[in-house]
Amino acid sequence: MNKIGLIIKREYLTRVRKRSFLILTFLGPILMAAIYIIPIMLALNSSTDHLRVAVVDESHWFEDRFTSNKEHTFVTMPGQPIDSVKEMVKTGVFDIALYVPPTQLNIPSNATVYSIRQVPMEVETYISSVMEKEIEEQKLMAKGVDPEIVSAVKTDVNLQIMRMDENGNEKETFTKVQFTLGIILSMLVYMFIMFFGGQVMQGVSEEKTNRIIEVIISSVKPFQLMMGKIIGVSLVALTQFVMWILLTIVLYVGFSAFIGISHPDMLSQGTVMAQEITSTDIMSNESVQSILQIVHSIDFSTIIACFLIFFILGYLLYATLYAAIGSLVDNNTDSQQFTLPVTVPLMVAIISSFYIVNNPDSSLAVWLSMIPFTSPISMMVRIPFGVPIWQIVVSVLLLACTFVLMTWIAAKIYRTGILMYGKKLTYKEIFKWLKYK
Amino acid sequence: MTKISVNEVTKRYGDHTALDRICIDIPERCIYGLLGPNGAGKTTLIRILNQITAPDTGEVLINGEKLSQNHIARIGYLPEERGLYKKMKVGEQAIYLAELKGIKKAEAQKRLKVWFEKFEIDGWWDKKVEELSKGMQQKIQFITTIIHEPDILIFDEPFSGFDPINANLLKESILGLRDKGATILLSTHNMASVEELCDNITLVNKGKSILQGKVGDIKRQHDTHKREIIIRTEEPQPIYALGDTYNNIKVEPTEAANEIKLTTYSASPNELLGQLMQFGELVSYKEVLPSMNDIFIQEVQSQNQAS
Repeated sequence: MNKIGLIIKREYLTRVRKRSFLILTFLGPILMAAIYIIPIMLALNSSTDHLRVAVVDESHWFEDRFTSNKEHTFVTMPGQPIDSVKEMVKTGVFDIALYVPPTQLNIPSNATVYSIRQVPMEVETYISSVMEKEIEEQKLMAKGVDPEIVSAVKTDVNLQIMRMDENGNEKETFTKVQFTLGIILSMLVYMFIMFFGGQVMQGVSEEKTNRIIEVIISSVKPFQLMMGKIIGVSLVALTQFVMWILLTIVLYVGFSAFIGISHPDMLSQGTVMAQEITSTDIMSNESVQSILQIVHSIDFSTIIACFLIFFILGYLLYATLYAAIGSLVDNNTDSQQFTLPVTVPLMVAIISSFYIVNNPDSSLAVWLSMIPFTSPISMMVRIPFGVPIWQIVVSVLLLACTFVLMTWIAAKIYRTGILMYGKKLTYKEIFKWLKYK
Repeated sequence: MTKISVNEVTKRYGDHTALDRICIDIPERCIYGLLGPNGAGKTTLIRILNQITAPDTGEVLINGEKLSQNHIARIGYLPEERGLYKKMKVGEQAIYLAELKGIKKAEAQKRLKVWFEKFEIDGWWDKKVEELSKGMQQKIQFITTIIHEPDILIFDEPFSGFDPINANLLKESILGLRDKGATILLSTHNMASVEELCDNITLVNKGKSILQGKVGDIKRQHDTHKREIIIRTEEPQPIYALGDTYNNIKVEPTEAANEIKLTTYSASPNELLGQLMQFGELVSYKEVLPSMNDIFIQEVQSQNQAS
């Protein structure tokens, strides 16, 4: 036991001290934070520009329809020819000129925007939405619809989705949040298994190629070395994970504080934007309350517990396989034929997760989340949607049993493989190793 | 007293029999040579002693006890295929390997300092292994093998990669360890070092032990009665004539102008010597025992032909 501890310590320290680990640890949260921060920064920057829009409306349909707000001023220029307004854009009196050509009988449906610089997306969207709305109303009125009815028809639909359980308890769910969570969680498990499983494989084959292996296994049992390595690397993975979460929080708090000091008025906007990313336009009104509702609807303790269990067991299962593969290869070039059977179930799981996320309770989803080789990923897709507890238990038990079985098999392969040099290996031969004493 | 006793050990890998009912008794405080051509089963036997693999049948006893995990800390093993973690620092790595053998960190550090000084590599403690030359790495490997002061040492081709000066340093260290009470199993193809170091040997071929015993005894058993006689004379013709008469006598000149060398394969040289003394003065009479190299080749070839 003491020796396993020494091996774990070495595996852990040599990896954590590596420059690549530090880079990844700090780069990860920065990348994650960037996903949140860049849109906010962009929003902050664009809003500092005040755009002046000159409207030349020769059809006279929209003259008083555009309303100015704090970002944009709309100035109607009645009777001015568009060419002289374009000159004013060139000289910088206006930033943008909107030209609606004259129409006699028909409702105008085209217009042109002139600008020196790129027209912001939001301005473009605003102009076309105002015009579309106006045209729609005019068309309806032309068909003889009462203007009162036209305005009464406008409704915002707020679709509420309630999930019921056997006891009749109802709970509101937010599909988009669950969707995003499911994908993120399964991707995380997938990435961690591939990355750290790969590290185990590399570590084993390094010891073999270095020829230090025989020195070590004259002191410890091959099984101890294998498990020490697997556990050591798993601690590295957990360290990385915890560091990422901590750093993300630090970055997020730091960024919020920075915004709070330099742009006090922007803080609320920034927060709303950040929330909109996760809860994309679920509801535009009462946003604070709805966000709280969303947060409460997610069972974080279950998600985190399941994530840790499935991540750790999934990693352990694959790490034993990767260790066995690492023991078979002399150099990295011939590892392909042995890694393929291991990567295939992972690929199947991650590709099918895009299907599962749309049908989390379909039979395929249930099966994939039960089969031990895909369950760590497939189950994580389903967890945010709520999974019956018995399914989680069965899946965890199956995964744990498979892990024990695979460890036994992998240890047998590993033990023989690490001392085998310069021999072309076939699956038939490896199968024989299982029977060696 | 027998230190290590290998009893009827058999090991098979599929259809291949690596060791076939092999028996070896290694006495305490001796250097025991394990010889044999490539693929004879030496490495398999060594791995069984290190409990890296287990025998199919038979047993290994150490001090009369059945081989067990308790013995690991008492064995030092320098494998033929040896290496170190390239990215690790020398000192850190040496301590790690010592700790794996059950030595406390502080003690390991103290002992390592002594050996590092002896091998003149004390300036390399904080260097990464990849910066070291091959010979330097070999020294570190040797030190890590013996650092836990085991009473059994197993060296597989210890001299490969050493220059003559360091090989000599190593040789003296090995002899020193034996004198301090260690029992050493030495597997090598370097027959010269076998003659210099080994007290006893076993020659293994195709998984079977084909020759065992003390080096001196084995040489005597393989005595071809080869003798070399040097005669000083002014008139060598009668002696050359003697060589023509007896077909098992070879006569040739030596570098000294008036000395002649005779090589004979006769068990009773008295008659020949009597004759020779009439022609000149006897300078030397020498018994030439076969070298371990000759014995190795002869034994292995004759066994291969027989089977």
